[in-house]
This record gives sequence, C-alpha cells and structure tokens, in this order.
Amino acid sequence: METSRKELPLARSMCWHCQSDIGGEYFCGQCVKVQPLSKDIDYFTCLGLPRKLNIDTVSLETKFYELSRAFHPDFYEGKSEMERAVSLANSAILNQAYRTLKDPIQRIEYLLRLEAGAAKDIPGKAPADLFETILEIQEHLEEFQAAKSQNDAASAARAADLLRNARKTLDAKRAALESRLAELFQIWDRLIEKGSHAQAHSAQKEQTLKEMRGLLSERTYVTNMLENIAEALG
Amino acid sequence: MARIVGIDLGTTNSLVAYMNGKTPTVIAGPEGRTMVPSVVAYTPTGILVGDAAKKQLVHNPQHTVYSVKRFMGKGLADVTPELQYFPFNLTEQGGVIRLRIGDKALTPPEISAMILKDLKARAEAFFGEEIRKAVVTVPAYFNDSQRQATKDAGKIAGLDVVRIVNEPTAASLAYGLQKRTQGTIAVYDLGGGTFDISILKLKGGIFEVLATNGNTHLGGDDFDRRLVDVIMREIKTRHGISLDGRPELQQDIRVRAEQAKCRLSKESQATVNVPLPDGKGEYRRTFTRAEFETLVTDLVEKTLAPCRQAIKDAGLSATDVDEIVLVGGSTRIPLVQQRVQALFGKPPHCELNPAEVVALGAAVQADILSGGIQDMLLLDVTPLTLGIETMGGVMSSLIHRNTTIPTSAKEMFTTFVDGQTSVDIHILQGERELAKDNRSLARFQLKIPPLPAGVPRVEVTFMIDANGILSVTARDVRTGEAQSIEVKPSYGLSDQEVERMIRDSFVFAQQDIQERQRIEAMNEAESMLKATEKALARADGLATPEELAAIRKAMADLKSTMAGIDHRPIRQAIEALNKASYGLAEKLMNSTLQDALKDKKLSDVT
Repeated sequence: METSRKELPLARSMCWHCQSDIGGEYFCGQCVKVQPLSKDIDYFTCLGLPRKLNIDTVSLETKFYELSRAFHPDFYEGKSEMERAVSLANSAILNQAYRTLKDPIQRIEYLLRLEAGAAKDIPGKAPADLFETILEIQEHLEEFQAAKSQNDAASAARAADLLRNARKTLDAKRAALESRLAELFQIWDRLIEKGSHAQAHSAQKEQTLKEMRGLLSERTYVTNMLENIAEALG
Repeated sequence: MARIVGIDLGTTNSLVAYMNGKTPTVIAGPEGRTMVPSVVAYTPTGILVGDAAKKQLVHNPQHTVYSVKRFMGKGLADVTPELQYFPFNLTEQGGVIRLRIGDKALTPPEISAMILKDLKARAEAFFGEEIRKAVVTVPAYFNDSQRQATKDAGKIAGLDVVRIVNEPTAASLAYGLQKRTQGTIAVYDLGGGTFDISILKLKGGIFEVLATNGNTHLGGDDFDRRLVDVIMREIKTRHGISLDGRPELQQDIRVRAEQAKCRLSKESQATVNVPLPDGKGEYRRTFTRAEFETLVTDLVEKTLAPCRQAIKDAGLSATDVDEIVLVGGSTRIPLVQQRVQALFGKPPHCELNPAEVVALGAAVQADILSGGIQDMLLLDVTPLTLGIETMGGVMSSLIHRNTTIPTSAKEMFTTFVDGQTSVDIHILQGERELAKDNRSLARFQLKIPPLPAGVPRVEVTFMIDANGILSVTARDVRTGEAQSIEVKPSYGLSDQEVERMIRDSFVFAQQDIQERQRIEAMNEAESMLKATEKALARADGLATPEELAAIRKAMADLKSTMAGIDHRPIRQAIEALNKASYGLAEKLMNSTLQDALKDKKLSDVT
C-alpha cells in the first residue's frame, strides 16, 4: 500500500486568540499574540538546544536574553489579561530553564531526571575509597567541637589542623569526580550526535547515565562533608 | 496608555519622577524642593505630610509619624528593640502593627498611603491630569509581606502599583541609562532605614541581577541613634534630666543628632546644642568625625557581610566587579565610602545624586512598562528563599534566593490518613534550617476529597511574579480541576481591611485638601509678617506716619485671620498687607541698592 509522500505537520496546535494553526514558535503567525509554552516542554527544547551536556554558556545566555525580550511581563503591561498570564508563565519556565542549564551539576541532574526519571534530589553516598578518611573526619569534627566547648584552645587547634588536611583529600576527590563527569559529558554528547536507536546504543546511554548518577551521588556527599568542615572552622 | 510615574517611597524622604523625553526627571514641589520628607502629622485640623509635618516633629511628637517604612509588613515583636526611640504607642492586631495616634489606630500602609497621596497630588499638579498608576520602589531585601504592604499602601492612596521595583536595581537603570555602562556593577544602597547590595551584569540593554542581599533594619536612623544615645546619657548625668516622658525633647535631640551626622560628612567636627527644659540652660557637645566613626564602625561593618555573601552568590570575587555605585543618603559618610573601597579594591562612583537616583530609576522602569523604552530590560531576582514547613518543623526549600523572577515551583501533596480531607500548608521565607527561624508568610488549608491515604494528588504552584510577590494556586491532578484556596497572610492586611481603608481615605480627602491650603497660606503669612517687621525696623524717613499706620493695621488684620481654619481670609489679608507695604518695600529696595552702589565705580556695575 502506498502512503502519501507529503509530510504531515507535526505538533500543530491552535492559537488561543485567533484559532489559526501555529507551528512550534512563540508567536502566532496570524495575529502575533504570544503563545504559551507547552506544559511538558523540557528545558533543552525551551532554550532551543539538543540534549547535550556540553553547552556554550555564551550562546546559552544570548538565547536566554533573546527569549526574555520576547516573554518578559514588562512588555505586556498594557496587554490583555490572557497575554499577561502567558507572558508570566512563559517567563517563569524560561527563567527556571536558564538557571538549571547554566550550572553543569544542575544540568546533569536535570538530564538524569528527563532520561532516567530520577528523583529531584539525588541522595549523597559516601565514596567507598574514602571510608577511612570520612570516619577520621567525623572524629576530628567531634574532637574540635568538644575542645571548643571546653575552651581547650590547644586541642581545638590540633583538630582544626587535621580537618584542614582532610579537606585537601576531599577537595582532590571532588575534583576527580568532576573530571570524570566531564569525560562522561563528552561520551554522552557523542552518543546524542550519533542519534541511533540501536539496542547497543541505548544500552550505552543507559550505562553512561548510571555512572553519572553514581558520581553525582558521591559528589553530593563530599560537598556536604566539605560544607560541614567549613562551617565548623568558620 | 495611562501615564505611569516612578515613586521612591523612602524611610526618610520620598520622591516622584517621570520620563521627560529620554531623561528621567524628579518633579519638584511648589517651593522647588524635590524631596518630600516621609513624615505624616495628624493634627486636630487635619493631616499634614512632608515639610509641614516635619515641623510638627518637635512640637507634636506623639501625633507625628516618621520612618514608618521600618514598620511595613512587620509584627510588633519584630520592632520591640527599637521602640524606645519612637514616641508612639504601638499595638498589634491580626499580625499588623497599629500606631495609636490620638483616638485612631493606624496601620503602616495607611500612613505610607498619605505620603503616596502627597506625591500623587504633586504629580497631578505638575501634569494637570489625574495619575492612577505608579512604579514604587522597595528595598531589594524586602520580604513578601513588606512588598504586599507597599502595594496595599498604593491601593489606599488610589494608586495602582503596576510594578514594585527593588531600589538598587532601579538605581542601576538610571545609572546604566546615563553612563551606557557594560560589565559587572555592584550597587551599595544604604538609606535611612535599610541596606541593600545588588550585583548586576549589564549587557546589551539587559540588566541581569546576579545576586542581592541586605538588611531591612539598618540605615541612617541607626547611625543617628548612636549619637542620640550619647547625648541622652550625658544630659542625664550632667544635667540630671531624664528623657522618659519627654517626647518633645527626645525628638529635638534626634533631629539635632541627624543634622550633626550630616555635617560630620563634610566637616571634621560638629557641635550639638540642645535647649533644656525647666530653665536648665543648654546642653552643648562637640563631636569629632573620629569619635562619630568609632560610634558607628560596627554598623558599617554590618553591611560588609551581606556584600561578601552577594558576591559569592553571584559566583564572583570582589575584584571581578567593574564598577561600584553608591546609593542612599548614608553613603555620603566618608567611613562608608572607605570601607566599600577597601572591600572592592576600587573607588566607588558617587557622581549621581544618591538621594534622587532611585526615583529616577523608577521613572525609567515606568517608561519601559508604558512601552517607551524598548531596548532596556531588567531581570531581577527574589532576595530570599521560599519554602514550606515540613515534618519536624523543618523548612523545605521550593525557590532559592537569587532566582530570576518571575519564577514558579510545583509541589505535590497527598494524605497520610484514610479519608483525610485537608492538608495545612505553612509558607515561609528565609535562609535558616528550621521553620521557626524563618519568616512566616502565610498559611492555607488545602481541601481534599475523602479517599484512601496516598491516593489524592493535589499539585500546588507557587508563583513569584515580577514584583517579587507570591501567589499560590492548586489543582487536583486526578480531576484536573483548579481549586480555590484562601491564603491567610501572617503579617498583612486582609482584602476587606484594605477596602475599608480605601473608603476611609476618600472621606478624609476633602478635609486634607482644605488643610493643605490653610497650611500653605499660614506659611506664607508668617514669612510675610517677618519680612514686614524687618522692613519696619529700617523704615526711618522712608514712609509717612499714615503709611506706617496702614501697614501696622494690615499686619494686625492678617494675624487675626490666622486663627481660622479657612485659607481664603488669610489669602485676602496677605494681599491687603502686600498692598499697604508696597510703597515702603520699593523705597527700601532702592535705598539698599544705592548703599551697595555707593562705593563702586560705574565699571563694576555694568
């Protein structure tokens, strides 16, 4: 059976104002009214980007500014209530999209949510190779607090020194985790570029996401630990 | 589109500005002054605002309200530590402070509305048309309740506040428009009662706020109090006079301390003289700038931690900031400028008038909203983290501080018990872990259809609009139906209360206009009488006895009209005195001119 060669328009919807068909763009081609972004739009699509992890932050900012000029409520003050509501909702989505994608860690967390349905906050997990160091740090933290509450300056100073040393280990671990993440960014982006749907390909994607998730989880743990130390040392 | 004006509703002074073509311009009052002191006096014959009210501060302290902005959106417990400095009786009702003025209990938004009305009238006189819309500025670190209170004040004054703009960002608009700056700027805004720091990126007409921080209870008022404390203590020890129950003397000291503070920004020392009651002579004290700086150094230091936090939140270091802009009267203090310079490692800009730049920026934003300027856009942030109280009294964050607004967050709610029909939600704002340490914004109850535990799914959307004001909507996910919810603000007026205040203000409006006219006539009469007295003292040989008698009679007539409440007889008597003294004034003028010319050669005068 032969099917029509003509391509059917995808994702067509109607303008809320003049009911004419509109494409995926932000303004109706007929009446030029601003159109609401789809409720299910993802942040990559919102900012006109493929789902890659390496993003050129300068062009991201340019796109954000451009869309801000299109949607911001400042430019809809005298308009109808519906246009103002659309402007407000679109601006809110745009601002969250930009904030999320601008930061590499939030970007990967968001991608994991999109691709693997991960929870909003990935729980921290202690890196196995640092178990001993972590136990020591917890001990030193306790010693430091105890010494401080007993006004034992000498012990406090000793514990603080040990904590500063441990901080170096944690900093190095975090840097290592981040550099591996950067490598995975490259791997992920190449997989996206290939764009194949072959089974092996999607298994590879899944594997990459899983590793990224593990790295993020450890990174969260290390970051919390570093924050605790920073807080204690003041 | 209706005209929109820009208003800087300050702790100490307020201004109204508009866009004159491409130049933002402050509208001056009848005497040419651009600033309206943010003071409201409730006299037996009516309400006074601005300079006229400021004159009442010392004579009528318990009926004259100043620095009311410090009470906006606050509960009584928030302001208890500073109540000793205010001669008012404060109570709280429904989470809103009430100031007891005579037999009235007034809320801060009602009092602020009087100032807004005065500015509105000033703009209306200038344009010759009614003004209904305004952009009003607030400190960037104002929370939701304080912003809402400002919007309420506008409503009560008959103004639709189309946008609340943060003061430092408003300043950056005026600054950026004038200087065509690109790059990273820090706006350090130390006003009469509040402190803000904002870090912005300016690029191609976009003003993107990267981070903001501050303290809504730190400003020039606190600097004054350090001097006031010294003076009060010394008056007590040296002269044995206690200030308790002497609001007049307290106010007099406060006003003189403020003047001394201002002088110390230009001079190395300033003397305060306070006339003492009960014939105890005068208190006299010279403060050196060094002594003043010692008194306030901790206050200046207190501004630096928010600066460091904002720089950090912006992901920058202090030296990354290209320009520092100073805003607010308190940045005239040399110590403040020194500390700011030390922090950023470069001298701050202070060439724009720090007292006017916020109002000018509000006018620029008003023009953007009117569709005038189209190439400038301000992207501001919410200053405080928004969250809800969860199990164990912990705050769970929904929208982090320094998120670009508008922004929204969604949260799904369900039930823990079979057949549970409601969920209580407590909204908070602040940076602390525990709910009780943060600001309570509002509470509401989500209605849920009775179903087994965990089955209902209600999605609540928290939206912060471009004003930094929160709204909440809810939707039943299973049915897709929107739910109406009634949010009860923790520190704010209810809609009904605002409605009542709007009605009340109409009733008083007529009375206010009459009182204003009377005050203006009185002021003119007083200066006219003073000038005539002076002229009479030098009238020897310049006027006939008949002329002198006529002048004296006209003066007596004028004085007798001044006791009345109608301004028209006063105006007539002023006119009569003007006529009677005209001949003498002219002769005096000529003789003064001759005296001045006597010793000069012709070449000097032409």
